[in-house]
Amino acid sequence: MAKNPLSPEARTILNSHLSRRAVLAGAGAVAGAGALASCGIGGGGSDSSNAVRWGNWPLYLDVDDSGKKYPTLEAFTKETDIAVKYFEDYNDNDEFFGKVQAQLKIKKDIGYDLVCPTDWMAGRWIRLGYAQKFDAANIPNKSNILDTLATPSFDAKREYTLTWQGIMGGFGWNVEKNPKGIRTIEDLFSPANKGKIVVLSEMRDTVGIILLSQGVNLQTVTEDQFMNAVDFLAKKIADGWIRGVKGNEYAEDLTSGDATAVIGWSGDMFILKSENEGKFDFAVPESGGTISGDNMLIPSTATAEAKANAEKLINYYYEPAVAAEVAAYVNYVCPVKGAQAEMEKIDPELAKSEFIFPTEKMMANLNVFRSLSPTEESTWTEAFQKAAGN
Amino acid sequence: MTQSQGFKIRTPYLLLLPGMAFLLTFFIFPLINLAQTSTQTPVGGGDTGQYEQSLRLQNYVDAFIENREQFGRSFLYATIATILALLIAYPLAYAIAFKGGKLKNLMLVLVIAPFFTSFLLRTVAWKQILGEEGFVVPPLRTLGIISESTTLTSSAFAVVAGMTYNFLPFMTLPLYASIDRIDPRTLEASGDLYANGFTTFRKVTLPLSMPGVVAGTLLTFIPAAGDYVNAAILGSPTTKMLGNVIESRYFRIVDYPTAAALSFTLMISILILVTFYVRKAGTEELV
Repeated sequence: MAKNPLSPEARTILNSHLSRRAVLAGAGAVAGAGALASCGIGGGGSDSSNAVRWGNWPLYLDVDDSGKKYPTLEAFTKETDIAVKYFEDYNDNDEFFGKVQAQLKIKKDIGYDLVCPTDWMAGRWIRLGYAQKFDAANIPNKSNILDTLATPSFDAKREYTLTWQGIMGGFGWNVEKNPKGIRTIEDLFSPANKGKIVVLSEMRDTVGIILLSQGVNLQTVTEDQFMNAVDFLAKKIADGWIRGVKGNEYAEDLTSGDATAVIGWSGDMFILKSENEGKFDFAVPESGGTISGDNMLIPSTATAEAKANAEKLINYYYEPAVAAEVAAYVNYVCPVKGAQAEMEKIDPELAKSEFIFPTEKMMANLNVFRSLSPTEESTWTEAFQKAAGN
Repeated sequence: MTQSQGFKIRTPYLLLLPGMAFLLTFFIFPLINLAQTSTQTPVGGGDTGQYEQSLRLQNYVDAFIENREQFGRSFLYATIATILALLIAYPLAYAIAFKGGKLKNLMLVLVIAPFFTSFLLRTVAWKQILGEEGFVVPPLRTLGIISESTTLTSSAFAVVAGMTYNFLPFMTLPLYASIDRIDPRTLEASGDLYANGFTTFRKVTLPLSMPGVVAGTLLTFIPAAGDYVNAAILGSPTTKMLGNVIESRYFRIVDYPTAAALSFTLMISILILVTFYVRKAGTEELV
């Protein structure tokens, strides 16, 4: 049911600076200021037994030109008669967790039957018993997940989560200032970029890429290795190489010329590249880039009925044709096998995009950060935050 | 005592009730909660963000020692921003009060006008103004005042500039209010007694406008010391203030006790400074 989606140009204009995390980042992490747009699809309200309530990141689902209707969601409701209440109010992992934690603890409905935490946060939900195990029979399409994402350490058998979108971390740069491109950490820290480098405030991407450049395997990284990489980062900040440790505001800094090279995300760089006619580019580092994901997860508080509905929804989005439609809008790494072939039918140009469908060679060079114990999570995050001046 | 007299005695308390209830719910209770949190310790073997009550006062010492750099920076930046705002706002308020004439009200509206836009947007706008392609950097480069590699954003300069700008109306309005109340005849009298302009200002205008100066500096300094938006948007890792540390401790590291201890320490430091300042300025009865 391939509708004619927007051309990439039109879409990037629509998306403009608003990539998935931009809404949050622009606000400088002012908690709670997020847009509370919600949208009910289909006939039933939240009281209807045949409904599912889904909380997702902003701008993370295909939307029509009016910005109010979600074509794939509507098609789902038509197909299954399950009404979907879609909330774009998952703005920040920590903030969202803080908001619902108390209710999860006392097993009171949190208002969502499906949420979208990033890998490490999904791991925390599972550890704390806040996630429900999937009924595999309801999600036959589960096997469509990309091999790279199929066995993360936080959910090795993918029993509780399936990736919504994959996020590649790598180098982004201003082509004029870096005519040869950036492929290694030495290229990044070349004198031309001194004082004009921005790195991600997402610890696992920034420190992950530094670790990879030091030959460390992210699946087995030890505390010493991690702290060593954080020291490297702290030194680069103290010596004036790095001007900022940010969320995706780095995109603004690249556009304004304040930054010339970044450790950034593929989705943002895709938009920057197509908006600015090749003024910017992105590559996975030779020594390896990172890949993480945001995951569909069913909270422990969802009723059995809502859970079954959510599972049907998850299954639906793992159909390659549907996944391709979403990918044509969101520009992040599509986690579903076979979606690329489907994309050929919608938009052959986009089907060739390595940002959305990384080649096998690229994939082989993407690494997943291992899950951390609660103690590690605290001490490592603290070390990273301190390096970032906090 | 008649019934109506009893009612009259109770009236002030009844009038206070809504305000007191509000303060109790949204200030006193959270404050108690904050005090409790600040002395908690992690649950052994617990998950991220799980803490138990244990009255560990060492949290305060640890928090202060670890973050003394950002502490110092918060007060330094806030002081500079307050002084700059005073230097900019005083002539402005003076001009509006004495030379504004018919345009007085319009000028006051213009001072407040920035408030119609969000605080965040105004700060982000500064990023554009001081950015590489803004209208400040290229001319300065051409004139050779700043070098090719110097940038104005992500610097202490940008943070202080943003703070000065954002809090300027808080300084201007109280200054205006007290300068406007000065009777021009006192200035004339000063002139009649052979005081020159500067002496008149020093002996008459400034002392009479002191309530405004004190109120303005307090209204600027207090929020500036706790501000984190300017440092987050306009600063770099080397210009982080205490507000940024508290944000990071609370949301990123999920270390509630340290965040609470830092908040308390900041609050008390400001309180001490302000008490000292108001005593020194000798205008308690006027503020």
